[in-house]
Amino acid sequence: MSTTRPRVLLIGYGNPGRLDDGLGPAAAATIEALALPSVTVDSDYQLMLEDAEAASRHDVAIFVDADVSGPEPFSVVKLVPVEEVSFSTHSLRPEAVMGLVTKVFGGATTGYLVGIRGYAFNEFEESLSEKAQTNLDAAVEFLTGVLTLGDAAAIETELDTWLTAAATAATAEGDSPCKTERT
Amino acid sequence: METKQSTKRIVIEPVTRVEGHGKVTILLDDDNKVTQARLHIVEFRGFERFIQGRPYWEAPVAVQRLCGICPVSHHLAAAKAMDIIVGADTLTPTAEKMRRLMHYGQTFQSHALHFFHLCSPDLLFGFDADVAIRNVIGVIAKFPDLAVQGVMMRKYGQEVIKATAGKKIHGTGAIPGGVNKNLSIAERDELLKDIDQMVEWAHGALKIAKDYTVENLEWVAPFGSFDSSHMSLIREDGAMDLYHGDLRCIDFEGNTIFDHVDYQGYADLIAEEVRSWTYMKFPFIKSLGTDDGWYRVGPLARLNTCDFIDTPAAEAARKEFMAVTDNKPNNLTMAYHWARMIELLHSIEKIKELLNDPDLQGDDLVVTGDRREEAVGMIEAPRGTLIHHYKVDENDQITMCNLIVSTTHNNVPMNKAVQKVAEDHISGVPEITEGLLNHVEVAIRAYDPCLSCATHALGKMPLEVELIDADGAVVDSKSTV
Repeated sequence: MSTTRPRVLLIGYGNPGRLDDGLGPAAAATIEALALPSVTVDSDYQLMLEDAEAASRHDVAIFVDADVSGPEPFSVVKLVPVEEVSFSTHSLRPEAVMGLVTKVFGGATTGYLVGIRGYAFNEFEESLSEKAQTNLDAAVEFLTGVLTLGDAAAIETELDTWLTAAATAATAEGDSPCKTERT
Repeated sequence: METKQSTKRIVIEPVTRVEGHGKVTILLDDDNKVTQARLHIVEFRGFERFIQGRPYWEAPVAVQRLCGICPVSHHLAAAKAMDIIVGADTLTPTAEKMRRLMHYGQTFQSHALHFFHLCSPDLLFGFDADVAIRNVIGVIAKFPDLAVQGVMMRKYGQEVIKATAGKKIHGTGAIPGGVNKNLSIAERDELLKDIDQMVEWAHGALKIAKDYTVENLEWVAPFGSFDSSHMSLIREDGAMDLYHGDLRCIDFEGNTIFDHVDYQGYADLIAEEVRSWTYMKFPFIKSLGTDDGWYRVGPLARLNTCDFIDTPAAEAARKEFMAVTDNKPNNLTMAYHWARMIELLHSIEKIKELLNDPDLQGDDLVVTGDRREEAVGMIEAPRGTLIHHYKVDENDQITMCNLIVSTTHNNVPMNKAVQKVAEDHISGVPEITEGLLNHVEVAIRAYDPCLSCATHALGKMPLEVELIDADGAVVDSKSTV
């Protein structure tokens, strides 16, 4: 187990001008304000190629996006890097970012996606729905707890523990914990 | 279906490796001869209505919702319009240079991204290459150094934007009458650390684009090409100026259509036509009418309209570029790539020049003057001329907004390119392959169209092709992911 403080990158992405699509940037802004040590926070409208370069310089990369149909209040997915052969610059998925981390930059970063459930996406307004705000608060509380852990292994263990718990709960309810349709 | 009896219809939807969603339809007769080819825009923007009723000072930030691809261009065009509204006819040196730095950062990252990650697969592997490798992953596998350069150049441009706009999302750097921050010494020094590397890589990218065009000129020259007029902003002395200037428009031979026209009066020169089969309008020069009044904008047009470029390396490259057509306007569609890389080099030269300018550390950031009710902001965005036109009432609320984005100016040219390539490469061919259909997309991609304004449609962008007979039945289909 590593004894040095892990380098963590958190990227919240989405369009704050499209209501709950701004959940990712809102989470990033809240966490950035906490100024947590060894945590780099970034946000953008969508994931881009250079995010792979940034992720490659960290031990753990956490992507935060709005989720149009996933579990409430949020879900966590451990990312499996993929070599996506057909993406445009505005449709780069976090799995593809992680694929580039390995393929292009030789990084050994572990990636997670946190999908915060949103409900309203189809209007031009810069605000969150009431339920989305509640989900955001829960996600931020969870992430803050994770990010203040002392080492990378502990962070990964905490995220994996959440995944296991979610999977167990979902199995009991006959549903999948990772049924997501991200924005 | 809009066809006569015995006509087949090919649909390419969505068009891949462009920003946003579009659709191409190609109508074939019984002998597979092309009877019609069109690029359709299938998303409706609707932003002009949304902004009505908002206070004018919100516009420079709010308009960034239009597009996640080029928010800085909209930010600056709106800010320039609002300068006029607040009576700020001349900005302070610090304000103007901060905005210019932001804009050249945007242009640098946008051109790098397009060249390395959207168009280079076609140039490096060939239009007909296996689609499994003709993509950015293929470029990474075979040309890893180039791929990394593309990523790092885009990242550098993004850092310039962050340092000048304050943040990457909904930056607030430009405000009516000026800017809200200068560039700190620390920010300047951070950007200067990598500047020479960026200049070197820009030279390398330019060489690739130039060599490709020159070495393949025999078949590149006719590819999707046609004579056209060209329009851009131009500096008072005729220099290329991507941030500000007056309007110049020339015909395909270089004859002046209009020159040094104050863009506040653009509506006297340009009108927009609506056609039923696409959401995108068709701008045209009023004096020439709808049939002959169309024109091109963007890197190719800017190289053709300017008298010179005010940075040395880009000016040397411009002279080489113009020599290919004996200093007459270059009307080759594929020359957009070469022109774009000349602008890439120009942008990084300007960034270096600005970073070494002490005005960027000035504290005089905002000016005001007599309030006005109507204004136009115009800028040369990476993809071409961008127009923002607003009216503001006595309650400071926006009552009218009209936007003509770069890709809209190029609507007719893109359709002509599609028609030309379809006629030259698809007409009469017994079997339509994916490689042949990619030829159509290559022609569209040369314009670097951004079809995504005000949309947020994420997901994979498959190439779907359907052959549909006169009765509407699908007789064949192909798709790639």
